[in-house]
Amino acid sequence: MNDTAFLYEARGRVLVIHLPKELDHHNSRSLRYETDLLLEENYISRIVFDFSKTVFMDSTGIGILLNRYKQMQRSGGTVAIYGARAQIARLLSIGGVMKLVDRYDTKEAAIAEGGKK
Amino acid sequence: MGQDREMRTGKCGGADSMAETMRLEIESHSRNEEFARVVVAVFASRLDPTLEEIDDVKTAVSEAVTNAVIHGYRCGPGTIYIEASVRGKELTVSVRDEGVGIPDIAKAREPMYTTDCTGERSGMGFAFMEALMDQVQVRSLVGEGTEVTMKKLIGR
Repeated sequence: MNDTAFLYEARGRVLVIHLPKELDHHNSRSLRYETDLLLEENYISRIVFDFSKTVFMDSTGIGILLNRYKQMQRSGGTVAIYGARAQIARLLSIGGVMKLVDRYDTKEAAIAEGGKK
Repeated sequence: MGQDREMRTGKCGGADSMAETMRLEIESHSRNEEFARVVVAVFASRLDPTLEEIDDVKTAVSEAVTNAVIHGYRCGPGTIYIEASVRGKELTVSVRDEGVGIPDIAKAREPMYTTDCTGERSGMGFAFMEALMDQVQVRSLVGEGTEVTMKKLIGR
């Protein structure tokens, strides 16, 4: 386990993606390929992003969330985040994705809410 | 001896009114995006910035360097020139490449606009730079390169 890789965790129909410490272009090169593969092989109706380890982000994070949102939207699914620090939440707001995703404090809440929708 | 001490404490410290500058030349590689923003952040730390100010600077530098890597040099080889200076409480950072250049700067600065073909980029790079820095200036010539100059007042 290192802090530059994405870790994926399947919880039923929910896919939890644990984001790296530094969410930038370099560290995100494999994300699209990996998530596409997971979405093809599993029935996923909600993607939950874990920002709890993330201390740096640039607009790469906006692209990632926006594209997963569009992917989920096509199949009627949803996207949520949890563990975002103040600065990360601020950047997500500037990038306009805060109104597209649901924000939670804990992983359990972010996963559980998926079943209600 | 007395003169030596004066050299050490006086002239070598630099006059307060003068700008302090650093220059960094890096290969255009995505791995260097983190290196570049960390170096600029360490340089800017002499202005005693808040954590939020440092994060803002790091993100803005990351945007400009990533643009140079992806768009300026189209992920190919090249050199990125970074210059940062402080004058009073103002930090100036410029990121320059000798890549393909931007045909329409106004268009490139529009939020959500991107020429990236992977579909994974948000087109929010310039919007981020503008939101996080006080001033962003872009100069570009097609076939010659692009220079982004950003200014931010620290500890206002």
